Amino acid sequence: MTMEREPLLSVRDLKVAFGPRRHPFYAVRGVSFDIYPGETFGLVGESGSGKTTIGRAIIRIYEAAAGEILFKGQKINGRISKKLDREVTRKIQMIFQDPMASLNERAKVDYIVSEGLYNVEKHLSKEERKKRVDAALMAVGLLPEFASRFPHEFSGGQRQRIGIARALVMQPEFIVADEPISALDVSIRAQVLNLLAELQKERGFTYLFISHDLSVMRFICDRIAVIHKGRLVELAETETLFHHPLHPYTKALLSAVPVPSPDERQEGPPVIYDESVHDYSVDQPVWVEIEPGHMILGNQKELAAYRALLSEDSDGN
Amino acid sequence: MDQTPILSVQNLNIKFSLRGKQLHAIRDVSLDLYEGETLAIVGESGSGKSVLTKAFMGLNDLNGWIESGHIYYKGQDLAAFTTEKQWLTIRGGEIAMVLQDPMTSLNPLKTIGAQITEALKLHRQVTGPEAYRKMIEILNDVGIAHPEARAKQYPHEFSGGMRQRVVIAIAIACSPKILICDEPTTALDVTIQAQILHLIRDLVRKYNLTTVYITHDLGVVANVADRVAVMYAGDIVEIGSSREVFYDARHPYTWALLSSLPQLGAKGEALFSIKGTPPNLYAEIKGDAFAPRNPHALKIDFEERPPFFDVSPTHKARTWLLDPRAPHVEPPEILKRLKKAGALK
Repeated sequence: MTMEREPLLSVRDLKVAFGPRRHPFYAVRGVSFDIYPGETFGLVGESGSGKTTIGRAIIRIYEAAAGEILFKGQKINGRISKKLDREVTRKIQMIFQDPMASLNERAKVDYIVSEGLYNVEKHLSKEERKKRVDAALMAVGLLPEFASRFPHEFSGGQRQRIGIARALVMQPEFIVADEPISALDVSIRAQVLNLLAELQKERGFTYLFISHDLSVMRFICDRIAVIHKGRLVELAETETLFHHPLHPYTKALLSAVPVPSPDERQEGPPVIYDESVHDYSVDQPVWVEIEPGHMILGNQKELAAYRALLSEDSDGN
Repeated sequence: MDQTPILSVQNLNIKFSLRGKQLHAIRDVSLDLYEGETLAIVGESGSGKSVLTKAFMGLNDLNGWIESGHIYYKGQDLAAFTTEKQWLTIRGGEIAMVLQDPMTSLNPLKTIGAQITEALKLHRQVTGPEAYRKMIEILNDVGIAHPEARAKQYPHEFSGGMRQRVVIAIAIACSPKILICDEPTTALDVTIQAQILHLIRDLVRKYNLTTVYITHDLGVVANVADRVAVMYAGDIVEIGSSREVFYDARHPYTWALLSSLPQLGAKGEALFSIKGTPPNLYAEIKGDAFAPRNPHALKIDFEERPPFFDVSPTHKARTWLLDPRAPHVEPPEILKRLKKAGALK
């Protein structure tokens, strides 16, 4: 990934707060990253880490408490013009986790898929709208006839395809996929992953792929950011992250992923990440680029240790 | 592994009645569970893995019934049980279950101490201070720190991983012989999953349990199982030791399942995916249920159900490809990647 390219989406020191104004709880505590056009950017973390909150802040469901979200260089959080709002709504779409819960049970597929068009492209005639819906359904491998059916008539994998068609119909550029396959079976999961990859190839989509499943992320993501308790702790190209994780949390996370091979069984006790290894009382941690394209959170002392590790690695190879 | 079956399923058929139609959920399944082993049953949703194991405890819904077959356990045929009273002699005390979602399997109105003591009173006939002592001991065993204080708390005061520990504590409190873990870690984060799997492995050793895992996560299977049974459309299509199933699979469905692992995929290439959808269990299935989705299907696959062919004394698969008359079909090339040690790290 060349870093000189203009990012499609930039998140700058984003904070998202919940709860009372006077005693807010920060679910996202100062997060910065760039997503470049055409790439799949992964955000991995455990439940409650704030990964979904970031996704939702980007599509403007949650308001940012501080920081900026830039889409093609334009600020899209906070108060923005109606025109920009409409553009952002169209260009940034979301695919949700649970296809059993994210589709309106009382609406037909036709309406579910075209609902966004009713809001953003009001000028479309009935025929044009129908054409767009049919094209979106075909693109995800469903038949246009399905438009007149209700969601309960479909299997989980098909429902997730409907969810994807709903995003496609808006002709977006950037798609936030929030755990799009965790609710699916193994074989269906592969179909949906392939579909996402195919669509990216055909239409040049950029994805923010939010997940807790590192084995899936390794397959689909170009770069991965690891989030822990509302802060990014490490960000690197996928293979770098898997081969040379630096942050202890990334290491714990990677070691916990079960390998589907009986000879590589984890016999010993799992690595547990202990936050108290960081002494941030005096020396505050900073988010720095420790080697090209590899960002990490650490204080000066830790950074020195990470650098030593890195030079050891490069000497060893 | 001890080779005496502790539980033996023979030609089990289970049907459900749904909206006036009959669904054949378990189709003529036979399975031996050996004492002290850890067996993993893998399959996709709807393959019948939960229905099969729930039948061991009489926990299937009322619209389901055992059509034919036997479940032998300690000289009794569980399939012939008709009353709740009979089942109460099995549930908990002989066979206990850990369910998927710890958020829903605990009683929100009782302290966790009370919920564990309840199991102790029922199954170990201990009461009062003795039960309390035992309860604290079990909480210690499942790795809950400060058990005296935690015992007084309610489920909502625990995190997901801790709740699953409590559920496991309740199961252990019944001192069962067989522990059935139905997707015990699906609802949990990976780091918590690793801890829970490690915990179950320790407890299995300590209490000498026979364990059945039900899961669709092949990573988990590889980590815990001695033997693996692969289910498809209500039938076991392949069973063998963990290494045999992962490294020397013979059934095309097992091949397909393993091939679709994202760990085997290469970036930029399409991931292997199984075409089509699982069969409709309302209709009677002829031949091999996987045949319509199987690129290697033979003519006979559509006509006659394959028998189990022995691959080794511990490994068998239900596919006509193993018949001496069948053409030779090589397993997918991609599966070799599973064998390369370290390749998946």
